[in-house]
Amino acid sequence: MAKVKLAQIAIARSGDKGDRSDLGLFAPAGPHIDEVYAVLEREVTAERVKALFGDFVLGEVTRYAAPNVHGLKFVMEQALGGGGPRSLRADNLGKALGGALLRLEVEVPDELLAKLGPRPAPPRDPYASAAWAVR
Amino acid sequence: MIERPDGAVRIAGGQGFYGDAPGPLADLLTEQPDYVVLEALAELTLAILNKDRARDESLGYTRDLPLYLLQLLPAVIDGKTRVITNAGGINPHAAAQMITKAADRFGLKGFTVATVVGDDVLGRPALLPEDFPSAEALAFANAYLGARPLVEALEAGADLVLTGRVADAALFLAPLVHEHGWAWDDWDKLAAGMLVGHLLECSGQSTGGNHAGRWWEVPEPWRFGFPLADVAADGTATIFKPEVAGGRVDYDTVRQQLFYEVHDPGNYLTPDVVVDMTTLTLEDLGGDRVRVTGVTGKPATPTYKVVGAVAEGYAADLSIAFGWPDAEAKARAAADIARKRIEVAGLELDDWHVELFGVNALHGPAVNLDEVDQPSEVVVRMAWRAADRDVVDQVPRHVVPLGLSAPPAGFTPAGRSRPKSSALLRIHTGLVDKRAVDEGVRVQVEHV
Repeated sequence: MAKVKLAQIAIARSGDKGDRSDLGLFAPAGPHIDEVYAVLEREVTAERVKALFGDFVLGEVTRYAAPNVHGLKFVMEQALGGGGPRSLRADNLGKALGGALLRLEVEVPDELLAKLGPRPAPPRDPYASAAWAVR
Repeated sequence: MIERPDGAVRIAGGQGFYGDAPGPLADLLTEQPDYVVLEALAELTLAILNKDRARDESLGYTRDLPLYLLQLLPAVIDGKTRVITNAGGINPHAAAQMITKAADRFGLKGFTVATVVGDDVLGRPALLPEDFPSAEALAFANAYLGARPLVEALEAGADLVLTGRVADAALFLAPLVHEHGWAWDDWDKLAAGMLVGHLLECSGQSTGGNHAGRWWEVPEPWRFGFPLADVAADGTATIFKPEVAGGRVDYDTVRQQLFYEVHDPGNYLTPDVVVDMTTLTLEDLGGDRVRVTGVTGKPATPTYKVVGAVAEGYAADLSIAFGWPDAEAKARAAADIARKRIEVAGLELDDWHVELFGVNALHGPAVNLDEVDQPSEVVVRMAWRAADRDVVDQVPRHVVPLGLSAPPAGFTPAGRSRPKSSALLRIHTGLVDKRAVDEGVRVQVEHV
């Protein structure tokens, strides 16, 4: 087992409703999707997510599992500083909280990590050689 | 153009919010959709539109609507497509008037406009949920209507349906019920249609926008294709994008939208059906197409969701940048000095918020500070709230002078504009009896 950040193995998107932030966490498409989803289901509990966000999230965190789409859903109450139009945060809708979730450290079997390879990351200047880029 | 399966209804998601790009409509039209749906109302858009209407009774709809209709009306008049939109906002009748006037000026005629009203609950305060603020305090309160009145409008021959607050996904369900003749208790089909709406309602978000995966590999990200769906009579749907446009539709992009702003995926509450997302299958067909099968539904609840908002003081913010070395320490020090100066000036704030860009502004406590190296630069953003707008507006006077007289060296404005205060609102959500709301729902049809 090795300890890695979720960003190495998963993707996430966040949304908002009032003062509630919701996070969708997925095992990305690929040959090892089932194994990665099993890691997510085992490692990423509601308690750990609540602890990760500290005083950013004042209310409860609830987890829902949807193995049919290799996804976990986290619903976090009182999570946006009073809700989008009331919050003093720059990220008043919590658009970046999906990314914040990917900071969580999880235990992943070494063989799985070896099969997955390094975290997919963009080049430093993604469109530097794109034909359409205006430079 | 992507080939259309026999008997399928082709629906396009042409708008995801008030302020979205009208340009992608041209690409959507190359796929010849039977219906184009424009979703214009986020949770608080009605607060903005309410302010518009307070200034001018002929306003209260989303004002970018003409940019969409200019492109759509020729196809509508030719009978090639129909348009459904909640852009009517707080005043669908005013939107209809604007359209008939403009059509007359341009010599356009031969189409039918329907308006759906009755979502406003503030005008019927007896309907407000018990734990809601008083009608006097509320800036707006509207119920999220379902697809039924929209189907009524389509059955009356409407080519253009203008509504106020209708559940986003229900805007897409309506044409499917109308075309396929689904019954209002055929829960699995209603759920399948509602799910298509959910996948299409946020424009680029299902076609590679906000994609947390390999976003840098999405083709032509400057010309995003908005989403379309071919929906068969049995509810099976294929999600795709215009062949001529950029973007990406695959298992990852569609799944991210599937869960977006959903609470329990096994019980997604909508006005017309409770959708179960845990039974469905998403199949990546390749070529930017994903097929959705196996959606199941449960009977609708007897209530509508109602959302309202009340004023909650004023806020403003100011950002200051510091460079290396010790940028984070300087930023933290500046915020504490600023806060003390505000207190010494006798300004009483209800809330004070400090965040450090370059350190943890966006991720807050999720950041392990031990892992943050000395950043090249840090921007400290200070935000404050008070009931009195004057107090909010006076704060910068006690922060800006820090530029020449504070210990942290290198105090640099992070922007060019002076802080401008804005009014805050708190959202309230509740449930309201469906039948009581429905008694006030009206569908009005007009031939232009």
